[in-house]
Amino acid sequence: MQTTIFTVTVLLLALIGYYMGRSRAVTSVGGDIRQLHSLPRHYGYYVSLWCGIPAFILCLIWLVFEPQIVNSLVLSDISTIDPDASSAVFARVLSDIKFLASNGIGRGSDDPEMLRAAEHYNQLKVMGTGSLAVAIIAFSMIGLVVGRKSVNAELKARNQVETVIRWVLLASSVVAVLTTIGIVGSLLFEAIRFFGKIPFTDFIFGLEWSPQIALRKDQVASEGSFGAIPIFAGTLLISFIALCVAVPIGLLSAVFMSEYATPAVRGIGKPILEILAGIPTVVYGFFAALVVAPTIRGLGDRFGLDVSSESALAVGLVMGVMIIPFVSSLSDDVIRAVPQSLRDGSYALGGTKSETVTQVILPAALPGIVGAVMLAASRAIGETMIVVMGAGLTANLTANPFQAVTTATVQMVTLLVGDQEFDSPKTLAAFALGLVLFCVTLCLNVIALQVVAKYREKYD
Amino acid sequence: MTELKESMKIAGARLKKRHAAETRFKALGIGALAFAFLCVATLFTSIISNGYTGFLQSYVEIDINFDESVIDPDGNRAIETLKDADYAKLVKESLRETFPEVTGRRDKRTLYGLISSNAAYTLRDMVLNDPSLIGQKKSVWVMASDEVDMLLKDVFDRKEAEDTRPISDKEIAWVEKFEKAGKVETRFNTNFFVAGDSREPEQAGIRGALVGSALTMLVTLVLSFPAGVMAAIYLEEFAPKNKFTYLVEVNINNLAAVPSIVFGLLGLAIFLNMFGMPRSAPIAGGFVLALMTLPTIIIASRAALKSIPPSIKEAAIGVGASKMQAVFHHQLPLALPGILTGTIIGMAQALGETAPLLMIGMVAFIADVPSTPFNPATVLPVQVYLWADSPERAFVEKTSAAIMVLLGFLITMNALAVMLRKKLERRW
Repeated sequence: MQTTIFTVTVLLLALIGYYMGRSRAVTSVGGDIRQLHSLPRHYGYYVSLWCGIPAFILCLIWLVFEPQIVNSLVLSDISTIDPDASSAVFARVLSDIKFLASNGIGRGSDDPEMLRAAEHYNQLKVMGTGSLAVAIIAFSMIGLVVGRKSVNAELKARNQVETVIRWVLLASSVVAVLTTIGIVGSLLFEAIRFFGKIPFTDFIFGLEWSPQIALRKDQVASEGSFGAIPIFAGTLLISFIALCVAVPIGLLSAVFMSEYATPAVRGIGKPILEILAGIPTVVYGFFAALVVAPTIRGLGDRFGLDVSSESALAVGLVMGVMIIPFVSSLSDDVIRAVPQSLRDGSYALGGTKSETVTQVILPAALPGIVGAVMLAASRAIGETMIVVMGAGLTANLTANPFQAVTTATVQMVTLLVGDQEFDSPKTLAAFALGLVLFCVTLCLNVIALQVVAKYREKYD
Repeated sequence: MTELKESMKIAGARLKKRHAAETRFKALGIGALAFAFLCVATLFTSIISNGYTGFLQSYVEIDINFDESVIDPDGNRAIETLKDADYAKLVKESLRETFPEVTGRRDKRTLYGLISSNAAYTLRDMVLNDPSLIGQKKSVWVMASDEVDMLLKDVFDRKEAEDTRPISDKEIAWVEKFEKAGKVETRFNTNFFVAGDSREPEQAGIRGALVGSALTMLVTLVLSFPAGVMAAIYLEEFAPKNKFTYLVEVNINNLAAVPSIVFGLLGLAIFLNMFGMPRSAPIAGGFVLALMTLPTIIIASRAALKSIPPSIKEAAIGVGASKMQAVFHHQLPLALPGILTGTIIGMAQALGETAPLLMIGMVAFIADVPSTPFNPATVLPVQVYLWADSPERAFVEKTSAAIMVLLGFLITMNALAVMLRKKLERRW
């Protein structure tokens, strides 16, 4: 609410600045705008920017530092908590105070010290908002005056405005880098906390995964064990099954579409593969759990096989169908990039189409196809919803595709959905798994993208 | 002479073999494509055959005595009393009258279970609309419970042995009595589109999820579209060719291939825990999905900008425009169809995305329809996930119906993108 009012005020001032800058520029040359360096509106933008940017920067600084300052001031009111207590204790007391401050009642409402702290919190908030409002309006006003004063016919308003726009454009493209830094930073930070509690070697080489943390300290198995080998094995098993489906089918359909199909057939085939690519993964998950898993279980029963209702096979098959379009569209690209002269050479020597494909085109396109398969593998490893809905939760260390296995993504979801305490190894384990997942997929992606890019260059 | 004949024969045999191999290979290709087609067909038929009944709902007509002593014992028609009255009691009384033979607490409770608890709200709304109903007798169509609904839609087999079917013989007999009297009807399930989520399958609707999806998509679009387009403009038109630019480019390509669940972890650690955004709210979901769609938009926008011939820019600069003016006045408008197509496809991906939203708590059970991006909400694919996890049989058709709605939106968006591309894109 307050932020809206601030924003509207600053925008209004910027609008006023626009008209002031424009009219000042025009009057400074007596209406003959040919004497101005830039178009009149550039002077308008120039003053608006002077008006808006300082206020905007102030707002940002405020948003970052205000909560920290207020929190530390409020916490210093409470004498009962130990200054050396863990950050979780502080966070709990703080959230109690905030609840008390906004609702007037809550945990600690019988403690006069807490009540005082809550009141203090409210005061600080009101005071902070008030001073921010004054500061922002003052900054905008000063900006307005300074900007307007510097407007004259010689001012290179357009160049200055364009420099600002250029910086804004640069900032937008940095967002992607910041996202990566954010991902790596948050994963690393939480994973390091996790490895502070559970040794790294136990996690990487442990054979048992049961992250249940007991509610009481005296319960059996209160430690939980965090050996991730069964999870990695399960992930690999399901991904392997998926690739066994997706690679041959994707590759064959890509070959068929680019070498054999008439334009009419291509006109039907391409949309079908695009539909497969466009279906949300949650739908595939539902399909796996509702249709494929029971069917496979039924088939297994008929042949006297003991098939789990959450078998890796069912999940892998559905996931394979999901990644068919990735394999086929990427392979289609690389097959098309093979120069026509190679095909013509093969035909001239009397090769049939299939011989040309298997002995000339595929070997020539092999690096690109390997890249496509690697990208598909990274997709399969990171896929979440199909396995969450179709695969099991218990970490079995098995290579039997008829049994239920679990994957890294399933464990991340089960560990983080629901109530959570942010300090327990249980939730932190999800970040450790996330870090492994990120590293593996990143390696696959980087190598695959390099291979594909190199390959493209080769024939361009 | 015989030698030549011999070698011709061998060559002929080999040629036959090679042609057979050719046919086999072609058949394999056709088979692969047919398999993909079969998958699409199976998926759609199973979803549609499971889901179309989700748009229908069974209603039962019962005779209600709007008893004044139950609804308004004081007789002053105060709104508060009318609102809080025990309408469920009216339904129970009516059922007891229709089936006087039912005695015993357990049987009675089973009997009451035939009618959805939503019936009480129907009656309340009727009375609040028209208080003169009080004291009258009237037959009212009310919602049947999910089990009766499943029975009437033939999902539960009446001929199956009683202990393997989720509805008892007794209940079937009661329902058949209603059926014989012509007091059972299947109507279009408007409730499905106007109600929020519910624990009772027959009362559950997708309104909350639809609004939640709309709010999340709005936040995503507002954040990712300008940032994506501006980043693309910078990288395509202004960026110097140096190490930093190369890093940004590699980064964007890799970001497009990072598993979506990792973005969820980022959202949890940064947006929720560090910035203190509200849990389960579309604003946090929108931020996460915006970061996810950003690479898609950037890549599509760059491709669109690249396809504009350089002569346009050169002409603009030639008549005195600055580089910035050439980009914003000439290149950007021409590239806009391509940019919009990429954006729509990115938004369609974001609309179907589930995993990162699970990480930031958008899986809570939320019955209210959210009104701002700061309210707790859920989105359509997460609703599908939640319903798919529910044990009641009736949720299967709700899940499939919700999937049909979701796919409907996605197909519309993709068709829009294709149309836009065909209509507006220029070949230079």
